[in-house]
This record gives sequence, C-alpha cells and structure tokens, in this order.
Amino acid sequence: MTSFRSLVLGTAVAIAALLPMAGTAAAKAYKVGLIASLSGPTASLGQQIERGARLYQQMHKNDLGDDTVELIVRDDTGPAPDVAKRLAQELVVRDHVDFLAGIIFTPNANAIAPIATQAKVPFVIMNAAASATTKASPYIVRVSQTIGQFTQPLAQWASQQPDIRTVYTLVSDYAPGLEAEEAFTTGFKGAGKSVVSSVRVPVQSPDFVPFLQKVKDAKPDALYVFLPGGTQSTALMKAYQSLGLKEAGVRLIGSGEVTVEDELPNMGDAALGVVTGFHYSTAHDSKANADFLKAWQAAYGADSVPTFMAIGGYDGMAAIHGAIAALKGKLTGEAAVEAMRHWSAESPRGPIAIDPDTRDIVQNIYIRRVEKTDGGLRNVEFETFKAVKDPGKAK
Amino acid sequence: MITAALTILFHGLAFAMVLYIVSVGLGITMGLMNFANLAHGAFAAAGGYVVVVATRSLGLPFWVALPAAFVVVALAGAVVERLVVRTLYGADELRQVLFSIALLFMAIAGFTAAFGPLQQQPEIPAALSGQIALGGVEFPSYRAFVIAAGVVILAALWLLIGRTRIGMRIRAAVDNRNMAEAIGVDTRMLFTLTFALGTGIAGLGGGIGADVLSITPTYGQEYLVLFLIVVAVGGLGSIFGPFLAALCIGVVDVAGKYLIPEFGAFFIYGVVIAILLAKPAGLFGVRS
Amino acid sequence: MPRPTVRVEPVKRLSVPHPGAAAPSTWRGLAMGRTGSDLAIAILLGLGALATLAFGESYWLLGSQVAITMIFALSVDLLVGFAGIVTLGHAVFFGVGAYSVGIASVRLGWTEPLLGLLLAAAVAALLGAATGVLVLRTRGLGQLMLTMAFASMVYEIANRAKPLTGGADGLQGMVVSPILGLFDFDIFGLTAFLYTLAVLAAVVVFAVLMTRSPYGRSLVGIRENRVRMQAIGTGVQKRLLSVYTLSAALAGIAGALLAQTSQFVGLNVLHFSLSGEILIIVALGGAGRLWGALLGAVVFTLFKDRLSALDPAYWYFWLGLLLAVIVLFAPKGLIGLVDRLLAAGRPKETA
Repeated sequence: MTSFRSLVLGTAVAIAALLPMAGTAAAKAYKVGLIASLSGPTASLGQQIERGARLYQQMHKNDLGDDTVELIVRDDTGPAPDVAKRLAQELVVRDHVDFLAGIIFTPNANAIAPIATQAKVPFVIMNAAASATTKASPYIVRVSQTIGQFTQPLAQWASQQPDIRTVYTLVSDYAPGLEAEEAFTTGFKGAGKSVVSSVRVPVQSPDFVPFLQKVKDAKPDALYVFLPGGTQSTALMKAYQSLGLKEAGVRLIGSGEVTVEDELPNMGDAALGVVTGFHYSTAHDSKANADFLKAWQAAYGADSVPTFMAIGGYDGMAAIHGAIAALKGKLTGEAAVEAMRHWSAESPRGPIAIDPDTRDIVQNIYIRRVEKTDGGLRNVEFETFKAVKDPGKAK
Repeated sequence: MITAALTILFHGLAFAMVLYIVSVGLGITMGLMNFANLAHGAFAAAGGYVVVVATRSLGLPFWVALPAAFVVVALAGAVVERLVVRTLYGADELRQVLFSIALLFMAIAGFTAAFGPLQQQPEIPAALSGQIALGGVEFPSYRAFVIAAGVVILAALWLLIGRTRIGMRIRAAVDNRNMAEAIGVDTRMLFTLTFALGTGIAGLGGGIGADVLSITPTYGQEYLVLFLIVVAVGGLGSIFGPFLAALCIGVVDVAGKYLIPEFGAFFIYGVVIAILLAKPAGLFGVRS
Repeated sequence: MPRPTVRVEPVKRLSVPHPGAAAPSTWRGLAMGRTGSDLAIAILLGLGALATLAFGESYWLLGSQVAITMIFALSVDLLVGFAGIVTLGHAVFFGVGAYSVGIASVRLGWTEPLLGLLLAAAVAALLGAATGVLVLRTRGLGQLMLTMAFASMVYEIANRAKPLTGGADGLQGMVVSPILGLFDFDIFGLTAFLYTLAVLAAVVVFAVLMTRSPYGRSLVGIRENRVRMQAIGTGVQKRLLSVYTLSAALAGIAGALLAQTSQFVGLNVLHFSLSGEILIIVALGGAGRLWGALLGAVVFTLFKDRLSALDPAYWYFWLGLLLAVIVLFAPKGLIGLVDRLLAAGRPKETA
C-alpha cells in the first residue's frame, strides 16, 4: 500500500520537477542527474541508491541555506552501457546538470566517463566497484567501494585462521568477479596457503547446486564467494545448505554482497556463521549509523532495510552537498572535483575520505560474522582494517 | 562419485519438475486455443505471491496456501480470458503477442508496487524443511516434494484429459471445433475452463517452485525463455511432451554445469537446437 | 483407449497473418488509400525529423536512437510482415553488427564509419545465411524457438570470448573517425542524428523499392500460399534464405550505427529482450506495411523515453497500458489507425 502511494507521489514529484523552478535571485538551484537501474531484475539496487540519496537530502535540506539541489532520476534498466551513456548525455545537454551520479554497473560507468570528461561535469560513482573505473575520467569521484579494497582484508584475515588451509573460490563471471578472485587468491596464497580450485559462474545463475557439488567433491576448508548480491546470494545460500556443505566442514566466506542485509531474512539460519569482509553493516555501532537507520525507517517503513547501495547513494549526496557548500556559489566542474578530492565525513559505515591522488574512497573494512541478534540476522563486525585504500591503485 | 551423480540427478529432476508444472498449462492453451500467452509466467508469479501472502501475512498453512494459489490464479485467468483473451482468439498472432506482453509489463509493475522489487519466499512447513535420506544420500525434503508434485500433476492431467467427460470435450474441440459445437459442446465455456486450468496450474507451479525459481516481480520475463523452450521442445497441446522436454532440459542443464561449469549455458541451447532440427514440431507435437 | 495427448488440428499456423499486405484484395487497397497512409506517415516523420533538427537540439541523441530503431524494425518487418518468417532472435544480427564495428575499431584500429557499416552488414549477412539454412527448415513455434536458441548461443559466445568482446564488461575504448573525414561525433549528437537519418533514408528507399519489385511480391506470395508459389516454379527456399540474409544485413547496419554513435558495445545488444522488443515494435506499428514498423519504432522509443523519465520505477506499467489499449482499439496497429483516420476524413463514396 505504501509503495503504491509512493508510486503516485513519485509521479507527482516527477511532474512537478518538470515545471520551471521559481526561486529568489540569490538562491542557486543545482541539479544532480542520478542514473541507476530502477526497473527489471536489478530494480531493488536502484531503489536503494535513490532512497539513500533522497534520504540524505531530506535529513540535510536546510544545510545549504536558500540554495536547492534537485535530483533528476533516470533509469538505465540494468547493465546497458548505451542507454546509460545516452541518458548521461541528455542530462548534460538537455537538463544542464551540475553533477552526474549513481551507476550500479561498471560497464555503464565506463560508457559515461567520456561524457563527464567532455562536458567537464563531476561524476560521483555511488556503486560501480571495478578498480580501474576512476581512471576512465579525471571527473570521476567514487564514494562507494572497490572490489580489491574489501577483498584483500578478508584474504588477510582468512590466511591467519589456522583452520583455513585450503580455499575453493567461486565468483560471478564478469570483471568485478574476476577482480575479486584475483585479489583474494593473491592475498591468500601470499600467506603460503593454497587455493585448490576456482570456478566462475554465469552472472545470472538460478541454481548453484551443480557448482557447489563440485566444491563438496573437492573438500576445501572454506569456500570463498563473490556474487552481485540479490536473489543470487539467496540461491547460493540455499544450495550451500541443501548440499550440507557446512556439515561437511566447508566454511563459507565472501564479500558483503553474499550476506547483503535485504536478503538475509530469506536466507534464514543457513547464513549463520558466514564470515564476510565489507565496508557497511546495519549492525555498525555508531551514532551516525543509528541516526541513519532511524531516519530510514521513518521514511521508508520499519520493514525496509538499507544496504551498502543505499549508503553509496547517501554518501554520494553528502559529497555533492559538501562540494556545493565549500564552493559558495562558484561551482565549476574542476572546482567541484577539487573540493571532493579533499572531502571527508563520518558516514553511517564509519569514517570515510576521498584519496586526493586517486579520487577513490578510503574507508574502514570490517570483518563480520552473521549472528542472530534481537533484530534478526545481522552482520556483526568483529575485526577492523582501518583506512583501507584501493589496492588496485598501488600497482 | 556416485553420490555426486545422484545429487546432480536429484536437483536436475527438481528443476525439471518446476519447469514442467509452470509450462504445461502454456502448452495446452497454445495447442488448444492457439493463443500465444507470453504473460503465462506472470500467472505463475501471481501464484507464488498468493502462497507468500497466505503463509507469511495471513498465517495460513502451506497446504491451504497451495490450493488457494491454484484457485485464485485460475479465477484471475478466467476473468482475463472472459474480458480480453477471448476477443483475440483467431486474431493475428502478433496482436496476441503484443497483448500478452502488455499484460506482462503491467503485472511486473503491479507486483513491484505491491510487494517491492525484492524476492519473496513462502513459509515452508517444518515437515518439508529438513533433509531426507534416499539410497544413503541426504537430500532436501522440500525438493523431493517438488519432484513428487510434478509426477502427481502429470498423472492428474492425464486422468483429467484422458478419462473424464470434460477431457473428452477438450480433445474433441481440439480435433475439430466445428464438429464439437455441432454435437452440442459449449466451446466458449470450454475455452474459459481450459485457460483457467492452464493458468491455475502455472500459479500452483509458481508457489511450489519458489524454492527453485525465486518469486520476483520480473519472474514472468526472466524465465519466459525456459517456459517457451519446454513447450516448443515438448510439442504443443501435449501433456507428456513438456514432461519429457523438462526432464531433458533440467537434467542436461544441471549436469552440464557440473561437468563443464564454464560452458554450462551452452548445453540447454545445444539440446534445443538439436531436438527442433530433428523434430520441428517438438517431441510429442503433431504440428508446430 | 483414452489418449493422454491432446492432438491438435492446425486451426491456424503460428506465423503472422498480414493486416494490410498484398493479398489480392490489398492490391486494390494499395491503389485506393493505403498508399495515402504511407504518404501521410512519411510526411509526418519527415516533418518530425526536420522540426527536431531545427528546434530540438536536446533531442538529437534520442533522434538518432529512434532512427536506429526504425532501421532495425524495418529489417524485422521484411521477415515477419512480408515473408512470414517469425523470429525471436533478431537481436543477434543487430548485436553482431555492433560488435563487428566495435571489434574492428578496438582490436584492429579500423575506425572508418561508412566502411564499418559495410563490414557489419557483411558479417551479419554471413551469420544470417548460415543460421537461415537451418532456421528456415522449420516454421511456426519451432522456428521462433530456433531463432531464439541460436541468438542465445551467440550471446553466450560473446560473453565467453572476453579477449575479443570484453565479455560482460563491454567493449571499451572504441574510436570512430569523422564521417567522410569531416564530421566528428559531438556531445549534442548532431552528427549522430544526421548520420543515422541519412542511413535510415537510404534503407527506407531500398526497402520500399524491394518490396514493390517482383522479388518482394514473390515473398508475399510465398507467405500467402507457399504450395502455389512452388507449383508455379518459384524457388521458395532460396528466396526465403535470401530475404533472411538481407534482413540480417539491415539489422547489422542498425547495430553498427548504435555502436558508432554510442562508441561502446555491451552484451545487451545481443540480449533476448531486444529481440522481443523489436517484435513488439513491429506489432505495435502494424506488420507488413514498412511504414507501420517505422511509425511503431518512433512511437515506442519516444514513449519509453518519456515514461521512464517521468516515472523511472513504474514506467513498465504505463508502457503496458499503452500497448494493451492499442491492441484492443487498433487491431491493425498504429498504421491501421492512420488508415481509419484518413478514411474518416474522406467523403464516403470514394472511401
């Protein structure tokens, strides 16, 4: 019911957004073009980003005085670089946006990068996590995460566990998956341990039983997994449980998408004890996170759970607001990027900053274990790697 | 090794049965009424949502939710048939395709508005949530139930179409509609009933199969290709054909992914192309 | 002995009957008013293009997207509407065209756009001829599924062949030389718009001439009565294969244009949903009339763009509603609607 009302409301807001803005002469109206996947199988991810971004605006609507920031939201329908590129181009030439933002899928980000460069528009990436993406344009600033950033700490943690001697890796067969596989393998093998085998599975795989049966045959101490999240993670967890891998002594470790918060209730007890390395957990203990969660549930209902996607949208808007505030009305593309390069904040995920050299995010990475708390299943943090940079840039 | 083979076979069977239960209705309506219903998967998803709502929100037992899914979706199917589909019998197939796609689009948006974009899972009874030992190997009980359900539905359809009066009428109307009408069969009513039956079984399949094909708003779009493959390979209007086709595809898919994971996706299409080139009307199809 | 299998008589084959196409009665129709609709649509589209060119600089990009979709729709209408061949896998030719110019540019440094179009057409035609031999052995649902299965195979191959295609990450770093060495692709999309319009015009002229030629009429003849055409000595199989190949080449050109104007190729150009969408477009406009498919492409693309901007999360609903309304109230597609409008505006005795 609430969603239907939000549909009607959303439409009304969208129509209102088309009307010319009437403002006082002194107040500036900034525009942010937010591109995310809002329809199709990955619609839940886009919804998280949009909600995160809107929540930041709602919580900080008075921070910029009379100046306003308008979000123009566009749907790139999923991994469709040509669509994303055209939308970005239209946002620039038709809507004259001051910032481009959003983007879930790396290919879409790569396709938009030349537009940002050509139009000199800052491009704030709120998810797409392949390491090299920030190099595609000097106007890109990434507030989300990189694959290597959260994979290496996990590999390091795993290599220190005496009961994890051998690992089998399973990743989705696309650039982020391969990056994760490489980062994990490098970190884990570097500590003198062995990866017994690796398998790459189709990006949309309805059933993991055949792949996990192979894992079971190989009897590793742990299975490392990287998946794009969503229904994939639940399907993996079901196969993990129904093949009895846990009972067979195969521990499950992986990236945070594997135990992503909005799918945890669907996974049930199968997820208990799974260890992941990631940058955001709803169980993160801080005031910023508590305030964020409270505002989130007030805005979107008690049943709605924010994920790292929402944090990307939230912090992305924070960075944009930060740049606008710092420049005091003298906004240009270069100046905005320059301001964001030195931006830092206390995010719901913990302290974050932008690395001035790479324009990529620097943040804490937490090793977490799924536990049953009074709020249901949660990723409980038990070890912290402080101020981790993207290891991909060190090369 | 034998354990692995048994496991693969078992899960292949479970996957196959879900495909069968959802698709068989599509084959019947396409064969009987020549209606190319690309929104068929949306009816299956609707069944899944009925089971979710019944077991999660209303707290009804799973065994009540399943028949409810069948009845609710069959009724919805009957309404859609009476209101619109009926006017499209004998119409240009492109119009049918266009209409059913339109229906699918609206269903996707409707499901998203009502249930959100995330997947929904029905509450499964405790009796089915454990493991069951067959031949010394442990299998999830729920999937064993899915396999049994597939076989039961095959048998029920066989009895219904082959042994009852209504089945006789359906067969007669399929063979020669004019003749059937001449001897007093009310084909309008019959078509409504058949459409309702086909969509109802799909709804049942959506509910039963939610463990294998998860219920999301885009269900009807994501798995459409699989359902069409089962019907085309099995043969239109047949009850056994889709069963065989689903078995073939389910087992080949799972085994292919186990043996050569990196090239797993090729197997399904290879099998489809081989079968259709050898038998263009499908395994049990009289015509294409 | 009860038969568990429901045997079915062919009430009607699963191919497309053709609203306005050239059955005997239609020849009269062509002389009397249908060309009127064609002309009206042509004028409308021409004016639309001119107006966009003159006043709609922020719509040039969308304009080139529309032109590309029109070419693609035309290629499918030749198959579905004229030759009665059904396909749910035509994106394979579109995608192969796109990847041909993409790979030529990224891997071989071959960036000339016009030669790129020829290359794309040739590669797509080759694939069309190769798969056509098999696809055309079947009809109806079997044919539909074969086209789909072949397309899915190629999708998987492109997904696996990472060194060549970039796999799921897309083909990056594509460079396109200025057209004729003079016109560079700009951020406003003016060059892209004019370029795609020019190619579209050439393709439309070609398609109109082709469908009016004896060859084009023989295709319609095959669709309407295959046995009779065989009896009067037409090489049915050969003609179907040639039109399949031709249609593949046109789809390849459309795909190449998309790759050149967006300078990026992703796996989505090969995806099943694109094959479905283009079939929807042809059905929406009205199959078998060329101008119907063209109109359908314009209406569908514009509506999709506006709806998804107005309501990014639920635009599927409004698009579905639009399609449903068209199906129920315009049985012969948009072009049928134009026919009716023109007929209503004309004095009764001449109608």
